[in-house]
Amino acid sequence: MLPLLRFLSRAITNNNTDKTGAFMGLFILRRLGVMILTALCLTFIVFWLTNLYPNLEKLAKTQGNFRMSDEQVETFLGNRGYTQSLPVKYGQWIGVLPGYVIEGTDGETRAKCAANRAPTDDTATFCGILQGEWGQSTVFKDDVSTIVGTRLGLTGKLMFWVMMVMVPGALLIGVLAGMREGSRTDRSLSTISIVSTATPEYVSGVILIAVFATPLFGMQYFKGTATSAMDDATFNNFFLPVITIAMYGMGYIARMTRASMTEVMTAQYVRTARLKGVSFPNIVMKHALRNALIAPFTVIMLQFPWLLNGVVIVETLFNYKGFGWTLVQAASNNDIELLLGVSVVSVFVVLVTQLISDIGYVFLNPRIRIS
Amino acid sequence: MENDNYDGPILEIDKLSISFFTRLREIPAVMDFSAKIMPGEALGVVGESGCGKSTVALGVMQDLGVNGRIVGGSIKFKGQDLNKMTQEELRDIRGSQIAMIYQEPMASLNPAMRIGKQLMEVPMIHEGVSEKEAYDRALEVVTDVKLPDPKRMLESFPHQLSGGQQQRIVIAMALMSKPSLLILDEPTTALDVTVEAAVVELVKDLGKKYGTSMLFISHNLGLVLETCDRICVMYSGEAVERGSIEDVFDKMQHPYTQALFRSIPLPGADKNARPLIAIPGNFPLPHERPEGCNFGPRCDYFEDGLCNENKAIPMYPVDGMERHETRCLKFQEIDWNAPIEVGAQTEKPEPGRVVLKMDNLKKYYEVAASALFGGKNKKVVKANETLSFEARESETLAIVGESGCGKSTFAKVLMGLETATDGQILLDNKNIEGTSIEDRDTQTVADVQMVFQNPFDTLNPSMTVGRQIIRALEIFQIGNNDEDRRKRMLELLDLVKLPRAFADRMPRQLSGGQKQRVGIARAFAGDARIVVADEPVSALDVSVQAAVTDLLMEIQREHKTTLLFISHDLSIVRYLSDRVMVMYLGHVVELGTTDQVFAPPYHPYTEALLSAVPIADTSIKKKHIVLDGDIPSAMNPPSGCPFQTRCRWKDKAGASLCESEVPPVRVLADGHQVKCHLDDADFAAMEPVIETPVAAE
Repeated sequence: MLPLLRFLSRAITNNNTDKTGAFMGLFILRRLGVMILTALCLTFIVFWLTNLYPNLEKLAKTQGNFRMSDEQVETFLGNRGYTQSLPVKYGQWIGVLPGYVIEGTDGETRAKCAANRAPTDDTATFCGILQGEWGQSTVFKDDVSTIVGTRLGLTGKLMFWVMMVMVPGALLIGVLAGMREGSRTDRSLSTISIVSTATPEYVSGVILIAVFATPLFGMQYFKGTATSAMDDATFNNFFLPVITIAMYGMGYIARMTRASMTEVMTAQYVRTARLKGVSFPNIVMKHALRNALIAPFTVIMLQFPWLLNGVVIVETLFNYKGFGWTLVQAASNNDIELLLGVSVVSVFVVLVTQLISDIGYVFLNPRIRIS
Repeated sequence: MENDNYDGPILEIDKLSISFFTRLREIPAVMDFSAKIMPGEALGVVGESGCGKSTVALGVMQDLGVNGRIVGGSIKFKGQDLNKMTQEELRDIRGSQIAMIYQEPMASLNPAMRIGKQLMEVPMIHEGVSEKEAYDRALEVVTDVKLPDPKRMLESFPHQLSGGQQQRIVIAMALMSKPSLLILDEPTTALDVTVEAAVVELVKDLGKKYGTSMLFISHNLGLVLETCDRICVMYSGEAVERGSIEDVFDKMQHPYTQALFRSIPLPGADKNARPLIAIPGNFPLPHERPEGCNFGPRCDYFEDGLCNENKAIPMYPVDGMERHETRCLKFQEIDWNAPIEVGAQTEKPEPGRVVLKMDNLKKYYEVAASALFGGKNKKVVKANETLSFEARESETLAIVGESGCGKSTFAKVLMGLETATDGQILLDNKNIEGTSIEDRDTQTVADVQMVFQNPFDTLNPSMTVGRQIIRALEIFQIGNNDEDRRKRMLELLDLVKLPRAFADRMPRQLSGGQKQRVGIARAFAGDARIVVADEPVSALDVSVQAAVTDLLMEIQREHKTTLLFISHDLSIVRYLSDRVMVMYLGHVVELGTTDQVFAPPYHPYTEALLSAVPIADTSIKKKHIVLDGDIPSAMNPPSGCPFQTRCRWKDKAGASLCESEVPPVRVLADGHQVKCHLDDADFAAMEPVIETPVAAE
C-alpha cells in the first residue's frame, strides 16, 4: 500500500513544475490545494480497497460469528451502515455527510456517531476524520486516534535519530567522494555507498543482529530488540534499528551528493574561484557546497516516504511497537478503522515532506527564488 | 611583493609544450610556443578552435586539469618560473598578480553567491583586508567598470544581470587586486556586437589606467587589431607567425596568416572588390598532424620534399622587422604582394518576381508578468512589430540585429512554428501566417526550409547522414521508392560537395563545416524556394565559413532560391546580400539595398552597429561610436522610439519627440526606408562610418 501512495503522491505533486515566478504565499497556497486534493484521492482509494465486499464479509464474520450465512452477513452489514453506497460511506467517514442512523432489521437503532448504539440527544450529526472521530480499533480495543498518536510519537523518535545519523553521514561521504572525482577516497566511499544501498533492511537488519547482538562473533555490544527503547532509548538498545534504516538511505543520498558534487567541481565558476586563488577547502566549502546540495536536498526529502517503508520492516524486526508495527498489525487483522487511520497519516506525512522539499528548494536555489 | 620594481618582461614563455594524456595516447596540444609580454603590452593570440590558444592560457595559469601536463619549456612570470612553483605559491599569484577573464560570463560566476561576496573574496584572500575595506574596494571597481547602481549590483545574484553586465562583473573581479597580467580568453564571443564594442573599449581603458599587460585570446582578427600591440597566430598547436600588429597585418610572412585574412569578409568591401578565398581541406586533428609543416596539406605554396620532410620547423626571424618571426620554410621565396587569384566570376541573376510578401506582420507573446501577481496578469512581449517587406526570387535578403531583436521569432513565424498575431505572410499570394507547420501542405513545407545556426545539435546523432536526408525526402514525398530517394540523396550530397561515401557516416564523424553542409542538403531536399539561414556560419571556424558561404551562394544561383540570411555579422552580410533589413527590438529600423544601408544616411542604430564591428584591416579608418547600456528588454520596451535610450542623435531630433512617439517609416530613396525622427538635413550631414582608403588594393 505504501508504495502505491508514494507513487500517486509523486505523480500528482511532481507535475507542478512552474515554480518560477510564483509569489511565495500563493505558491504555498496552491501547493496546499494540490495537497488536499491528493490526500482526498489517495484516502478514497484506500477507503475503497478496505471496504471491498470480501473484507466486509470477513469483518462481519469476525465481529458476529463465523457460521453466519450469506443473508445474515448481508443484514449484519446493512444494520451497521456498511452497505450504503461508497461515496456516501466515504463522506460519512470524512465527516462531511451526516453519520448514518439506521433502524435495523433486528429492531435496534444504530447510529455511527453513537458507536452503533441508539442515538441520544447529544449525539453529533457528523462524526468523521474531520471531527476527530477516527473510530475504534478492533485489535487494540482502543480509539484509533490515541493509537496512531502514541505510535507515531514512537516512530518519530526513531525517524529523528535515523535522520540525525543518515543525513550528515551521507552528505559527508558524498562531498568527500565527489570533491576529487576518481581519487582513491572517491572509489572506496562510492563502493561503500553502493553496497549499503543495495542491501535491503531485512537483510542488513538480520546481519547486524547476528553480528552485534548475538554471541556468534563475540561482539554482543547491542541489544537485538528495541522494545525497551520505547520508554527509554539508549545507545545500547536503539543503535541497531537506527543504523539499519539509516544505512539504506545513506548510500543513496551519498551517491546523489557525489554526482552533484563532481558536476559542480568541474563547473566553470569553480575554475574561476580556483584561478582567483581560493584554497581548496574554501572552494569546497564556500563555492561548491551550496550548489552541490540543491539536487540532494530533494532526494533527502523524498527519503521520508521511503523511511516509512523501512520503518515497517525494522520495527517488526526489532519489535519496536511504532507506526510501522501498527500498520502490520492492522493489516493482518483486518482492522479497517485503524488501517484507514494509518493511511491518512501516512498520506499526510508524505505530502507535507514534499511541500517542505519544494519550499526548501526555492530557498537553496536563488535562480528560482522569488525576487 | 619583492618584485615591485621588476622591469623585465611580465610574461616570458619559452618553447612551451603542453600535452594531454588519454588512455590511448599522448595528444600534444601546444608545441614549441614562445611569447614575451612587456609591461603594459597587449599580446593577441589568434587561431581557429582547437589550435591550442586556450591551452596556452590555462598553461600560464598552471590549471591544466588531471590529464594535461607541461612537457617542456618554461613559463616565467616576472622572472620566476611558474612551472616550478608549489601550489601555495601559485595560489598567491592567481587572482592577485595574474587574473583571467573568461568566455562565458554566466558560467564563470557562482550562481548561488551574491556578486559582492564573489568580488570581495579576492582582496580578502590575497591581502587579508577586512570585510568593510573589501566592500569599499568592490564598490569602487564596480563603478570603474561602468555598471549602473553599483550598490544594488553587489547585492544581486549573477542570473539577475544581463550578459554584458555579467562580463563587466568578471572584468571587475579580475581587476580587484590590480594584477600585472590579465588573460582574456575570448572575452566577448558570447556577447552582442554593440555590447562587445563597449566591453572591449572598457578593457582597453582599464588596461591603460592600471598599466596591466594583457594576453588576449581570440579568433577574431578585427578585435585583436583593436586591442593589441602584438599578435601571435597559432595553427594546430604551434605559433606560425609572431610580430607587431602592423607587421603581421600588412606584411604577413606565413601562408596560413595570409589564407586566414583572405577568408574573412570585411564590411568595407563587397565580393567584387575583395572575393573570399576559402582555405581548402580541414583542420588536422591533434593526433593526425602531417609530417613537417602542419599547414602543408592546405597550403598554396606547398613544395613536396621540403614542406613535408619529417623534421621540426623552427621560427625564422624576418629580416628588417623587429621581433617578427615566421614558421615557414619558404617565406623568403614567396611573393607576398602577388594579387589574389580571382576565380571565375559568375554574374548574379537578376531578382525575379516577388515570392514572399510580409505585410504588417505582428507577433506578440503573452507571458506571466511580475511574480507579485502570481501569473494572473499577463504581460505582452512584442517580438515583432509591423514587419513589412518583399522578397524576390533568387534574392538574398539579410536580416541583421542583435539578440532579442526578434529576428528568430520572425523566422519561426515564417516557418510555421508559431502563428502570427496580426498581419499577413503571402507565399505566392497565398496566406500562410495563420497555418502552423502541422497544418501546412507538403509543398509549402518543402518550399520554406531552414538552415540552422548550430550544426552540432541539429543532426540526429544516431542516424546516418544519408538516412537523415532520405527521411526529409520521405516527408516531402519525393521519389516513388527507396531507390529513387537514395539516388536523389546522393545527388544532394554532390550538390553540397560532400563525397558520396558520407551517406553512411554518422554525424559525429563529420567536422562542423561538413555537418552544416548536410544541414544545407537537407534544407534543399524538397527543392526549397525560400531558405531561412539562421546564422548558418557563426558556429563555424573562419576558414570554413567562407567555403560554406560560397556553397550557399552557388546553390542559390542554380536554384533561384530566395535566401533570408539572418545574421549579426555585418561583414558577411555585406559580402553576400542584395538587400538588408536592420531590426531592433522587434522593429525594422532600416531596410534597403546593401549599398544603401552600408552608406550614409544611416539609421542611428545601423551607424552604431557598423562602428561596433571589428575590422581586420589596418588601412580602414572607422568612426568610433560606443552605445551605452544594454539592449532594453522586450518585456519592458522604452516608450516612443525603441532605440531612444541609446541613440546619440536623440537631441537633434528632439528628445521629447523620440520619447513619446514611435517614428514613422520614411522613404529616403528608392527602396530605402528608415524608421527615424531625424530630418533630412541631419541625414544628409551623416558621415560614413567606415572609410576605405581609395585605391588601396
